[in-house]
Amino acid sequence: MKKLINDPNDIVTEMLDGFVAAYPNAVRRVPDTTVIVRKDSPVENKVGLISGGGSGHEPAHAGFVGHGMLDAAVAGEVFTSPTPDQVFEAIKAVDSGAGVLLVIKNYTGDVMNFEMAAELAEAEGIKVDHVVVNDDVAVEDSSFTTGRRGVAGTVFVHKIAGALAAEGASLEEVKAVAEKVIHNVKTMGMALKPCIMPASGEPGFELAEDEMEIGIGIHGEPGSETKKMASANEIVDELMEHVLPELELSGSDEVAVMVNGMGATPAMELYVLNKRVQEQLSEKGIGVHETFVGDYMTALEMAGFSITLLKVDDELKKLLDAPSKAPAFLK
Amino acid sequence: MNLDVQTTIAWIQKLNDKIQSNKDHLTSLDRAIGDGDHGINMARGFQEVSKVIEGAEFSSPSDVLKKVATTVMSKVGGASGPLYGTAFLKMSMANKEETVDGDGLAGMLEEALAGIKQRGKAEKGEKTMVDVWEPVVEAMNEEFDSGRLREVAQSSMEATEELKATKGRAAYLKDRSIGHLDPGSVSSFYLFEAMAEALEESE
Repeated sequence: MKKLINDPNDIVTEMLDGFVAAYPNAVRRVPDTTVIVRKDSPVENKVGLISGGGSGHEPAHAGFVGHGMLDAAVAGEVFTSPTPDQVFEAIKAVDSGAGVLLVIKNYTGDVMNFEMAAELAEAEGIKVDHVVVNDDVAVEDSSFTTGRRGVAGTVFVHKIAGALAAEGASLEEVKAVAEKVIHNVKTMGMALKPCIMPASGEPGFELAEDEMEIGIGIHGEPGSETKKMASANEIVDELMEHVLPELELSGSDEVAVMVNGMGATPAMELYVLNKRVQEQLSEKGIGVHETFVGDYMTALEMAGFSITLLKVDDELKKLLDAPSKAPAFLK
Repeated sequence: MNLDVQTTIAWIQKLNDKIQSNKDHLTSLDRAIGDGDHGINMARGFQEVSKVIEGAEFSSPSDVLKKVATTVMSKVGGASGPLYGTAFLKMSMANKEETVDGDGLAGMLEEALAGIKQRGKAEKGEKTMVDVWEPVVEAMNEEFDSGRLREVAQSSMEATEELKATKGRAAYLKDRSIGHLDPGSVSSFYLFEAMAEALEESE
C-alpha cells in the first residue's frame, strides 16, 4: 500500500484539522469531536442541517458545510458511520431553537447511529427530525431488504434543503423539500479499480485488467455485477438505461446532472462521459438545467464514476441556483 | 452456572482477546460481503472496553455490562456499535442482581436479542447476527448450559454461510452473498464462546 499518510489511526483527525486550516474563516472543529461546523454556528432562527458518515468520501461531507448548505458535518472512521455521541455533539452545536434536520444516507450503521443521536437530543428537548437518502438504483428497492444506498445524489439534498433553511423556513418545510429531492434523484455508478482501506491495506474487491464492476457503492464494496471492460459511451448508455426509467421523464421535463468522480478518475475522462450523458438527454428531448462534473462524493482512490439525475421543477431550480459558500460547492 | 462481577469481567476480557486475535479474520470476512471494517471497528472498540473495565470497581454484572454498552456505543461505530451497544445495554437492564443464575442469564440474552432486532429491524434468516442470537436464546430458554451455548452458537454461525443476505451491507450483493460466513454472526459466536468459557472457569 502506497498512501500519503502518517499513522492510519490518525488519518481522520489530521484530515479534519487540515480542512479547517484550509478554510479558517468559514468553518471550525468542535473541540474533542470529529464535528465540523460553520464558524458562526448556531445561526439564529435557522433550522440546523447536519449530514455526515464515514470518512473517505471527501470533499463530502465537511466540504458542504457553509452558508446555504450544511451547518455541520460529522466524520466517522474511514467508511464507518460516526457514533451517536459525535452526532449528538453536532446537534447541540448547531441548534438555535429552530430545530435540526439530519440528512442520513441509507446504510444500516448510519441510520442506527443517527437515530440514536436523535433520541439523545430529543431527551434533552431539542427538536430533531431526519430524512434518509436512497438514490442508488443499482440496488433493489424492497421493503424486505435494507433498501437502496445513499450515494452522490445526497449532495443535491444538502444544497436544496440548505438553501431553503437559509431562507428561514421551518423544520417541517426543510424536511419536506429534502424528501422531494430524495424522491426525484437517482444515481448509478461503476468502478475500474477498487480503493484500498488505509487500516487494512487491502482492496475491497478484485478486478482483472479487462474487467469493470457495475453498480458499485461508495465504500469499496463489490458491485452488483462484474463485466468485461467497454467504451465510455457504452458504459454511460448502460448506466443511463438504469437511471432514466426510474424518473419517468417526459419531453418537457428538466434535470440537473452530476457526473461524479470516485476519487481517481481524471477530469478529462469525466468530461468524455458527460458528453455522452448530455447527448442521451438531448436525444430524448430532456432539458438540462445545470450540470456538475467533478469529485463530489468519492470512495478514497477508487477509479470510476457515477451519474446522478435530479428531476427539477421551478422550486428546486430556484433553490439549486441559490448562493452557497460551502468550500466544495461555491455558487 | 452463575454470573457474578468477576465472571462478567472475565467474559468481556476473553471476548476482547478473541476479537484481537481474530481481527484480520473478521475483516477479511467483511471484505468479501461488506465493507471490510468489522474486525478493525470491533478491535478498536473492545480494546477500549478492556481498558475501561480493568481495575474498575463494579457492584453487579449489570454495572459492568452498562459500562461495556456505553463504551461500545461511542467507540465502535458502523452498524456493530449500535447493535452490540444495544445488546449489552439491554442485558444490563434485564437483571440487576449481584449474582445472576441460569434463568436470569437466559432472560438477559432474550432482552438483548429483542433489542438487536428492534434496532437493526432484522429477523431470523436474513444473514445477520440474529441468526446466531435467536437459536441461542431459544436453546438457553429451555435450559441454560455453557456446553450447549457454545455448540448452538457455533453451528448457527456456520449455518450463515448458506444464507442469502437481505439486511445489512451484504444485501447489496444479492446471491453473491451466499457462500460466505456473516461477519456479525462470527463475532457473536466469540461473544457466546467467551461467555461459556468464563462461566465454566468460575465453577
